[in-house]
Amino acid sequence: MSAEVHNHDHGHDEHEHHHKDTFITKYIFSIDHKMISKQYLITGIIMGVIGVGMSMLFRMQLAWPEESFKIFSFFLGERMAPGGVMNNETYLALVTIHGTIMVFFVLTAGLSGTFSNLLIPLQIGARDMASGFLNMVSYWLFFLSSVVMVISLFVESGPASAGWTIYPPLSALPQSMSGSGAGMTLWLVSMAIFIASSLLGSLNYIVTVINLRTKGMSMTRLPLTIWAFFITAIIGVISFPVLLSAALMLIMDRSFGTSFFLSDIYIAGEVLHYQGGSPVLFEHLFWFLGHPEVYIVLLPALGITSEVIATNARKPIFGYRAMIMSIIAIAFLSTIVWGHHMFISGMNPFLGSVFTFTTLLIAIPSAVKAFNYITTLWKGNLQLNPAMLFSIGLVSTFITGGLTGIILGDSTLDINVHDTYFVVAHFHLVMGISALYGMFAGIYHWFPKMFGRMLNKNLGYVHFWVTAVCAYGVFFPMHFIGMAGLPRRYYTNTNFPLFDDLQNVNVIITVFALVGGAFQLAFLYNFFSSIFYGKRTVQNPWKSNTLEWTAPIEHIHGNWPGAIPEVHRWPYDYSKPGHEEDFVPQNVPMKPGEEVLHH
Amino acid sequence: MTTLLILIVVVLLAVALWQLTKIFDLTQVGGNVNDTQVANDNDNKVNGYLMFGFLGFIYLTTIYCLLNYSHFPLMSDSASEHGPEVDRLMMISMVLIFFVQTVTQALLHYFAFKYRGKQGQKALYFADNNKLEFIWSIIPAIVLAGLILYGLYAWTNIMFVDEEDADDAIVIELYAQQFKWEARYAGADNVLGKANVRYIEGANNLGVDLSDPNAQDDFSSSELHIPKGTRVIFKMRSQDVLHSAYMPHFRAQMNCVPGMVTEFSFVPTLTTAEMRDKPAMIEKVSNINAIRAKKSEKLVAEGQSALDPYTFDYLLLCNKICGASHYNMQMKIVVDTPEEYKIWLKENSAKTIVQAVKTAAAEAKASDSPATTKDSTSSNSKDTTVVAQAEMK
Repeated sequence: MSAEVHNHDHGHDEHEHHHKDTFITKYIFSIDHKMISKQYLITGIIMGVIGVGMSMLFRMQLAWPEESFKIFSFFLGERMAPGGVMNNETYLALVTIHGTIMVFFVLTAGLSGTFSNLLIPLQIGARDMASGFLNMVSYWLFFLSSVVMVISLFVESGPASAGWTIYPPLSALPQSMSGSGAGMTLWLVSMAIFIASSLLGSLNYIVTVINLRTKGMSMTRLPLTIWAFFITAIIGVISFPVLLSAALMLIMDRSFGTSFFLSDIYIAGEVLHYQGGSPVLFEHLFWFLGHPEVYIVLLPALGITSEVIATNARKPIFGYRAMIMSIIAIAFLSTIVWGHHMFISGMNPFLGSVFTFTTLLIAIPSAVKAFNYITTLWKGNLQLNPAMLFSIGLVSTFITGGLTGIILGDSTLDINVHDTYFVVAHFHLVMGISALYGMFAGIYHWFPKMFGRMLNKNLGYVHFWVTAVCAYGVFFPMHFIGMAGLPRRYYTNTNFPLFDDLQNVNVIITVFALVGGAFQLAFLYNFFSSIFYGKRTVQNPWKSNTLEWTAPIEHIHGNWPGAIPEVHRWPYDYSKPGHEEDFVPQNVPMKPGEEVLHH
Repeated sequence: MTTLLILIVVVLLAVALWQLTKIFDLTQVGGNVNDTQVANDNDNKVNGYLMFGFLGFIYLTTIYCLLNYSHFPLMSDSASEHGPEVDRLMMISMVLIFFVQTVTQALLHYFAFKYRGKQGQKALYFADNNKLEFIWSIIPAIVLAGLILYGLYAWTNIMFVDEEDADDAIVIELYAQQFKWEARYAGADNVLGKANVRYIEGANNLGVDLSDPNAQDDFSSSELHIPKGTRVIFKMRSQDVLHSAYMPHFRAQMNCVPGMVTEFSFVPTLTTAEMRDKPAMIEKVSNINAIRAKKSEKLVAEGQSALDPYTFDYLLLCNKICGASHYNMQMKIVVDTPEEYKIWLKENSAKTIVQAVKTAAAEAKASDSPATTKDSTSSNSKDTTVVAQAEMK
């Protein structure tokens, strides 16, 4: 195959200038996908600490709205929390930046960036990404956008505070809130850079998966991780540019006086000149990305889960083809359901009917996935490693969170729970916690591949169980206060005696949140200490079938010292009858007379 | 002091973490010594049991929430005609969800416990089964089809008002601005006068076109009064940013969008007084008052004034982030009996917006000595230029 020959040559090239590596080319401006993946992961973790830390602070505010806390002014400074009192604008800034960081910087870049980069070349049998240079540019754009986002926290008028959905006119008019000044400008600049980074990354993933598969690696022999990353990249390429255009139009409205999203506005005692635009247009554009974004976050996590569950159940993933079909179906549907965020936005109610229909359809492929995971566990020989626990945890939160989607996707029911804590509980479980679990599963599973050392499993177990209990403790009761009609984004409910009886629930939620947040330190400690002091790994610690474990532990340019392994079978031949071992790696040739036992 | 407390908490957490790790270490005793950091039979056993325990935890959380919080959800006592339909659909969906949740979580965690790994054991090679895939595609499809049909039926009934119903309805404008609500009543002609933010000037704070004949009898109120049993069509406007008019007890919500008029309508079925007399509401209010009394004790001890006791009122809340004081953008809604409503109308309809503007102008003229506040004249002139600009367009 010509592809293979090409790969081989490429590998040679890499070897030749291997010796010229300096610290800068190896650790900073690296074009090696494994190093870039580590860069993504560590940047993602740092952003994650910021994002989760913010949520701890505003949870404290919600539980004890009348108290003042020294740590507020310690972390936020006297300007944002004078005397330890979190004011309303600071609260809105925190929820806005928390959302932005978690959705984009942690669960999009941190998750996809890390594992697509690490696994696509290694699992399809390629020496590197199709374009190492673009890959490097993609990471550094992401880094730049992270820096801009962090800088925006320190501007005089405060960071963006209009909610992560930045609906205009609130986000467009500095008169409407102080966060819509310089902070919002930086937010938009940061997101524009982020989108450029994401597009470069996605294009690279797509091209690599299509062109650089090793000999024998047909599309139906790809691990489900790769399928998930591949489809995710396609959704990203389709939908992210729309957000970019929305961001550019918003920048035009803010700075150059256009009226894409604004019309008939009287604010701060004067009528503004805007005429003819519509905020609803922005909502359409935003959610055209915003909803697929949910799956951009979730699909890679589900891909990782498929791989981790199959490996640790020592069983083929159940319904491989159904899994692929459901990924594709979810991806397709995800681009035609954005209107369910807008049932009561003022758009024509008939559209609401259409979007209810398409939205509830998504439940079908989702149900298929959930049942397939459960069936994969059935009669398995489950190796309950921390990665496996997080994967099972993902299926659990995916079900709990996904089911309430049936309520929110129904326009009739959405009327009364729209923008309440019910929504917050729903999406945190189904995409926040689930995707985070997917990310943790991936880290626990592929840490040996990334760093050549193992994570401490006992710390991993503690991390999982405390996190699992706290995640339910936080988000399960939250549904109830949402159904009681408590709107989100109120920094205190004390102005509504109607909600006084919900206050003790808020305290319970916050206690769970603080404990859960604190125990993430166990993970951070485990992660950073194991990089240097972890137990050294063997080549294939989880006895996995996929190709990355055939590469040497020591990272080398081009991944494999010799020829790239050839693939002879699908990746899920676990416990196949007729084999001594309970796993048969993809590069093992079929025995004479061995049959393919799956469809 | 706080720093010390935080330090203590951190130390305790570290100890807790260390102890918990120790537990997992202790489970290794007796097992073959291996520190490969890959799960062994012992880990599988411990975590398998914990998985089963976690199922219990999920169920207990559910039961706890249902016992203690089940009175929170707005699923009964709706105060609008379409409310019971929404609540019924909500109930059906909830029951369904709880059923699926209970079964699937049981399967997931039970399997995780039951099939925990043991060395030397082999898993079943079971790769696919089209019949199973078909079953768990078609069953959700059928159930969802039912839910979709029911949902769309209800949605259409709520959102599309028949023309006959519309003719008998009262039209009220809900006007949103940072950070308050106002209601504009259409007056005797039941037609709202034209309005645009470009007409905003002085007392005409809703931007009503004063020359429009339909606007002559419009009047505004900072409290929303609606009569029981009559359809009310709300026309929503916003003058600055997005707001959302959320009336949870009526199962009603619609965004207010600058530059366009949005619409929602419902028929109130319970007056404020009737709602207050509902047993569930009496219990809720006494519960809230108990909480408030406790808080008041503390406040009084600190030398502050006590909280007022709470009486129930319907509320219109803002439910779309709209700026710093979003958390306190509310308006009281009063559902009157038709008779009470008539009286309220009589008392308020005379204070029309046109009248208010005229009075304000007269007052301004009366105190029109050159020494009087510069500010008001300058702001007046600004307003006139604005209107002039608007007219030019």
